[in-house]
Formats: sequence, structure tokens, C-alpha cells
Amino acid sequence: MKSEARRALVEPIVDNNPVTLHVLGVCSALAVTTALLPSLYMALALTSVAALANAAVSAIRRLLPNSIRIIVQMTIIASLVIVVEQLLRAFAYDISRELSVFVGLIITNCIVLGRTESFASKNPVGLSFLDGIGNGLGYSVVLILVAGTRELLGAGTLLGFTILPTVAEGGWYEPNGMMLLPPSAFFVIGLMIWAVRSWKAEQVEKPEFRISEVHRTEALQ
Amino acid sequence: MPETETPTGERATTTLLVALGVSLVCSSLVASAAVVLKPRQEANRLREVQRNILEVSGLEGTVRLDEEGLERVEVRVIDLQEGTYVEVDPTGFDPAEAAKDPETSVAVPPEIDRARIGRRAKWGVVYLVRSESDELERIILPVSGQGLWSTMYGFIALEMDGNTIAAVTFYEHGETPGLGDQIADPSWRSQWEGKQVFDQEGRVRFEVAKGAVSDSDPLSTHRVDGISGATLTGNGVTHLIRYWLGDHGYGPYLDSFQGKGTP
Repeated sequence: MKSEARRALVEPIVDNNPVTLHVLGVCSALAVTTALLPSLYMALALTSVAALANAAVSAIRRLLPNSIRIIVQMTIIASLVIVVEQLLRAFAYDISRELSVFVGLIITNCIVLGRTESFASKNPVGLSFLDGIGNGLGYSVVLILVAGTRELLGAGTLLGFTILPTVAEGGWYEPNGMMLLPPSAFFVIGLMIWAVRSWKAEQVEKPEFRISEVHRTEALQ
Repeated sequence: MPETETPTGERATTTLLVALGVSLVCSSLVASAAVVLKPRQEANRLREVQRNILEVSGLEGTVRLDEEGLERVEVRVIDLQEGTYVEVDPTGFDPAEAAKDPETSVAVPPEIDRARIGRRAKWGVVYLVRSESDELERIILPVSGQGLWSTMYGFIALEMDGNTIAAVTFYEHGETPGLGDQIADPSWRSQWEGKQVFDQEGRVRFEVAKGAVSDSDPLSTHRVDGISGATLTGNGVTHLIRYWLGDHGYGPYLDSFQGKGTP
């Protein structure tokens, strides 16, 4: 049991990461990662929603009729997301303005529904809660790494503190403006997936088909 | 009554009961969060509004922002139609509330209501910014109107000629992230500075152009660059400025300042 709990918590961080392995939740990972601080809040919001939604769905898993299980899960997730959004608006107003619609879009984040449907509806409450935290952390790790890379290379700062003094401020670092634009998140996540799969080769998917090599002279016939 | 079964083999009553239970729990959770957190959110909103007034006042850095409001910024209530000051306590007057009451509001004639305001209060709030030597420096006017998705709320600050734009800000809107929300971007807003609202005849000519404004454009003193991909938001901004600074909005009030109609 203990090792099971550990697995539910730790495995999604690298070995079974929702973003780099399953390529889920990429939309918000692209959108909110221009700076580290909003990403931290986003990571916290998603982790708490995933953990609580998992626990709630798991608690009613025996009562839950199969025919309406997805809509019930969506209702639970949506309610939690609205509560989190209201909390942000009350206690972290500036961040909530910066994150704008993306907190609300956690409702449609496939990681959350994916975990409630595939894990919480079959496992006990405690374990499901840990699984939610684990997957939230997996998402958070990716978000923090991408946001850190982008803020550092794009603005020379981390959490607003200067790390690489930029030329504009009399330093030596010429910031890479592209890092602050949406496409750079694609590059960073892509490079990250590549790095993880080179490190852990078992995560590389088997090709579904192979392009056969045809000699040019054969093709001409 | 025979029990009906769903295709997956559950009893319909169970399904209904579970759906009802989940809805009840979830809706009370959401409702209580909204009610409990409302005062804090309102306070945040108010602070944001004050921060925006301070931003367009040109006083930023010289005065401090506190709960009492803004030093050196005088809040006055005006009668919009007459263009004169009304001697009431501005803290007790809420234009948004007044606009809902038929007693204290007027309908905006549909033919000029391109900003889709519907009704506006008979009275309006203006903010007068004074210099250290107590001379009037700027007039700040609250404006609002429909963009593409949402009602946009902002402030426009005019120089004392009642014509030259000193600054503008939009503090609340729900326009498309990355496109329409550029109306809140400081670099876009900075090109409003120095633009003229009225032409020689005293008509509101200000507008958000389509694309960039060239220097050879005869109306370039009235135009700011449009935002690519946000034409409808830009049109909304044009409409709300034209309404609020026009004859049905602050026009009569602005008549009392010198510069309207002078180049």
C-alpha cells in the first residue's frame, strides 16, 4: 500500500508525466509560461483542482451511475475551478488578471478529466488524492521549467529579479524577445520532450507505420 | 410504477438522485465561495479603479494611493445634459446603479448608441486633477462601451483645453487575450497622448484607425493605430469615445473648456 501511494505521487512527475509523455494540457502550458510567477499560481491552481476533483470523484465512485459519470465529473471539476478562480480574484488580484481566461480553462484541461476518469473512478480516496497531486506536480514541473527558461532568456529575470543584466539596463545580456512570444513555448516543450525521451528511452512511442524505402528507379517504372 | 432502466443497466431514479445530489453540493459550494469572497473582490476592484485614475492623472509617483482616495484629485458630479456641476457628495453617487433606475437615467437614442450603452445615468462623475499650485491640470472622464465580447471600462484624461488627450486606460474588459486585450497595453495607449478629440467644427473625430496611421493622413491628429486582429474591439473603442465625448455624453460639460473647436 505504501509503495502504491508513493507510485501514485511520484510516477507522474517524470516517468509518467502528463505533459511530456501523454502530451496533455499543452494549451495552458503554452499560454501562461511567459513569466515564472503566473505559472506558479497556475501550477498551484491546477494541482489543487486535480487533487480535490480526484478525491471527490473517488468518494462517490460506487454511487456514480455509468451513464452520467462524465458529466458528473465535469460538474465537480467546473465547480472547483470556479472556486479557485474566485479565490485568486480575492487574494491574488493582479495574478488573476494576468492569467485571465486560463484559470477558467482548467475545466477543459485533459489532465484533470483524464485522471478522474481513468484513476479516481477505480481507486480509493486517499490514493486518488495523491494521484491528483502527483499529476498536478508533473504538470507544475513542466510549467515551471518552461516559464523559467522563457523568463530568463526573454527578459533576463526570474520572478522579476534580474539574473542576467540586460543591455537596456547597462548589463551585457541581449534578451531574446522571441522567448516571450507564444511559439517559443512550443520549442521549449518540444526540446524538453526530446530531452526526457533521450534520457528515458522507454517513453519513445513505437512507430505506427514505417515509410518503406523505394529506390528511385523502381518508383519510375 | 415499474422501475425504468437506462441502457447501461442502472435505475433511472438512482441516476436522477446522484445528479441532483452532485448539483446541489456543487452549486452551494460555488455560491458560498462567490458570496464569501465578494467583499474582498470588490475592494480589489475599487483599488484597481483608483490605480487607473492615478495612472491617467499624471500624478503617479508624486502622490500616494490610500483608502481615502486620491490626494489632489477632486471628484465632482456633473449633470451631463446641462454640463454643469451638481452639488452632491460624490461618494454617495454610483453611476452604474443610477443607470438602472429610470428616475435617474435616460435611454441612449438607438441611432447614436453604437457603443451599445442602452441607458446612462443623468449625472456623471468627473475627476479634476490639480497641480501643486492648485491649478487645474487634467480632466479625467470615465468611459464605457461594448467591445467584441464584453463591456470595456476605462478613463480618458484630457488637457485643460478639453480637447487634447493626455492619457487613456482600460481597467476592465473581456476582450480576446493576445489581440483585443492590447487596448490595455501601455505602448498602444501611449500613442493616444496629444491626439485631438474634436475637429474645428467641434465634432468628435477621434478614432482607432484600420492599420497604422501615416503621417500624411490629414486626420492623423485624431487617429491612433488599429490593433491587428482586433478590428471589432478597436471599433468599440472608437464608438465609446465618440459617444461619451459627444453631445449626449460629456460634450456639454466640455463646452465650458476653452479648446473645443480650436485646432
